[in-house]
Amino acid sequence: MPGRLEPEPIPRRDFLGLAAVWSAVAAFFAAAIGALRLPMPAVFPESNSKVKLGPPDAFRPGSQTHLPEQKLWVVHDEGGLYALSTVCTHLGCIAGKEKSGEFRCPCHGSVFSKEGKVLGGPAPKALGRLALSLAPDGQLVCDTMTAVDPATRLKV
Amino acid sequence: MTPLDTQSAPASEAPRPGGMSTFLANLLDVPRSLYDSIVRHGPPTSDRTKSQTVVSNFFLHVLPAHIHVDSLKFWATCGLGIVTGVLFGLLCVTGILLMVYYKPSVAEAYDSVKDIVFVVPTGRFMRNIHRWAAHAMVAFVILHMARVFYTSAYKAPRQFNWLIGMVLFVLTLGMSFTGYLLPWDQLAYWAITIGANIAQSPRELTDALGVTSWLDVGGMQKELLLGAHYVGQEALIRFYVLHVMVLPLATCIVLGAHMWRVRKDGGLARPEKPVPAVPPPVSVKELPASTRSWGLMAVVKGQSPHVGAEMEDAVPAYPGALYAIAALSMLTVAASLVLGYLFDAPLKELAAPTVPENPAKAPWYFLGLQELVSYSAFMGGVGIPGIVVLGLGLIPYLDREREDAGVWFSGRRGRTVAVASALFAVAWTVLQLWFTVRFGWLRNWYPEIPQLAITILNPGTVIVAVFALWSIATVQLTRSTRLGAIALFTCFLVSFAILTYFATVHRGPNWDFYWWPSMWPRH
Ligand code: HEM
Ligand code: FES
Repeated sequence: MPGRLEPEPIPRRDFLGLAAVWSAVAAFFAAAIGALRLPMPAVFPESNSKVKLGPPDAFRPGSQTHLPEQKLWVVHDEGGLYALSTVCTHLGCIAGKEKSGEFRCPCHGSVFSKEGKVLGGPAPKALGRLALSLAPDGQLVCDTMTAVDPATRLKV
Repeated sequence: MTPLDTQSAPASEAPRPGGMSTFLANLLDVPRSLYDSIVRHGPPTSDRTKSQTVVSNFFLHVLPAHIHVDSLKFWATCGLGIVTGVLFGLLCVTGILLMVYYKPSVAEAYDSVKDIVFVVPTGRFMRNIHRWAAHAMVAFVILHMARVFYTSAYKAPRQFNWLIGMVLFVLTLGMSFTGYLLPWDQLAYWAITIGANIAQSPRELTDALGVTSWLDVGGMQKELLLGAHYVGQEALIRFYVLHVMVLPLATCIVLGAHMWRVRKDGGLARPEKPVPAVPPPVSVKELPASTRSWGLMAVVKGQSPHVGAEMEDAVPAYPGALYAIAALSMLTVAASLVLGYLFDAPLKELAAPTVPENPAKAPWYFLGLQELVSYSAFMGGVGIPGIVVLGLGLIPYLDREREDAGVWFSGRRGRTVAVASALFAVAWTVLQLWFTVRFGWLRNWYPEIPQLAITILNPGTVIVAVFALWSIATVQLTRSTRLGAIALFTCFLVSFAILTYFATVHRGPNWDFYWWPSMWPRH
């Protein structure tokens, strides 16, 4: 009696036929996935995420400096220096500073405080803080790909 | 065969004076014998030769030999599918011409488009036609889909062709999205930056759940699309390959399957005529095994006994259907030429990655989505469109009421439901927009609110939920899934139209509300 423990045997020809079909299907999908690996970039074209911003003394205590090319503001407050990215955390437009000191994004109206906190609009999180450091030649360096905690300051 | 046979066969066909005179006679006969070798039947005068005209021609045989008279009436299709196809053809022709001069490199793309506009003979004209035909194609795809929906043409046996149509819809949007980047002007650059970040927006969800570090679907999608973390040379090449090769080719193939299915599903949907003489259709399963000997008819799905009866109303596809298609093509091409002659396609300043357009608006058919995106990137750009596409795809499998294929709105009750739903959708969407513009949303009231709450509860999701409830109520009240589907589809279509209009006209710099574009602040 065929049952769960002794199932009816599959005829050998059917088994081989099924095995052939399914291995062809599996091979096809494996090949397709392999082919799709190609457009997934392994190396990114951005050559170097670190940019030199000049000597740190240029950013006096209490100053706020706009670097439009780098899409950031360098702020020097009581704690030290920090870099605030102006790339909107919603969908990547560039937020501009209003006279009030707040940042507003032109694309869907996100509003950020002076320190980058979300005040309104669709942005899901605060403007990014970017890592600052000093290069061996004494210049200020910003790593535009590395985000840091908002409390981080570079003392100079 | 004996050698003798082979020799005698040609000899018996024609008297053989041989040599030059035969050669000359054949030469003079070339036009006729060439024609005969192409067209292997007599002039299309009889029913038989008319059928042969269609069937024996590769290009014509997308048509059936016979077509139901009702399918040729204007209100059966409004010609919308044909117009969409013609526009696609026109886009391929003008697109290939543009390719002759267009250079897909960041350094040269913008200048090459400027050359096309200002230097290349007829270049501006071709580019205009390409642009307006692309807009029209999106519009007509949507209209065609609405026609199919409202005439119940998605019902068995056409469910799968509805799905194929959905693929074509997505492909059309994909082609216009990828084409949008190519001119590499400010409009293109910022629209695609936003689009690519929408692809990344599942991060909004994974961030809120705190799992981005090991499951970054959004980031992967963006990298796959752009080949980088920003819109640059890699992105331009990728969009170009998709736009001129991958997507049009895929469209051609899928379009072939679409047309083939139309025929295999028994022609266009049309109202069933009462057929008194024929016994009610029986399904194959109910038949006793011994009577299952009815050849092809059993293979054809549907109510096969009707097939014979309905043939009485069929006419040869030649020339009626052909004339209809030719006329529609002429009209479509003529309209595109007029548009291209009168209106120039926009071309803004060269793309500037540090200065966003203000406002940066997507093409009109994505503006409804952009309004939703301005509530929540993930919901507006991925969540709600995903729900809509999934919902559209499921329609034929959820609404399986069989009667009334080919009848607009399924009759009086459907019309009432459609009108009521349209009014309801207008009222609700306008109210929701007014409320959001006037009072803001959660973030304005509770600045500390977690993002997840806004992702889940925002004006966009509220609209979707209300429409879902409305159509569930319709199903409950009318006891008809078809009427429920009409309610839902109508709500979404109307709401889409309003959102599109609202974002086009009433959104200005910083995505603020303005009564009119002329009131935008100048800067
Ligand atoms: C079938 C649907 C298609 C749609 C919806 C579409 C849409 C678009 C759009 C919106 C643009 C930007 C146009 C502009 O700014 O002038 C564009 C540009 C372009 N398209 Fe298409 N297109 C389609 C098919 C094709 C095909 C089949 C080809 C070539 C085989 C093609 C080749 C091009 C080229 C080379 C450009 C760049 C020229 C320019 O920007 O002016 N397109 N397309
Ligand atoms: S990109 Fe800044 S609000 Fe949308």
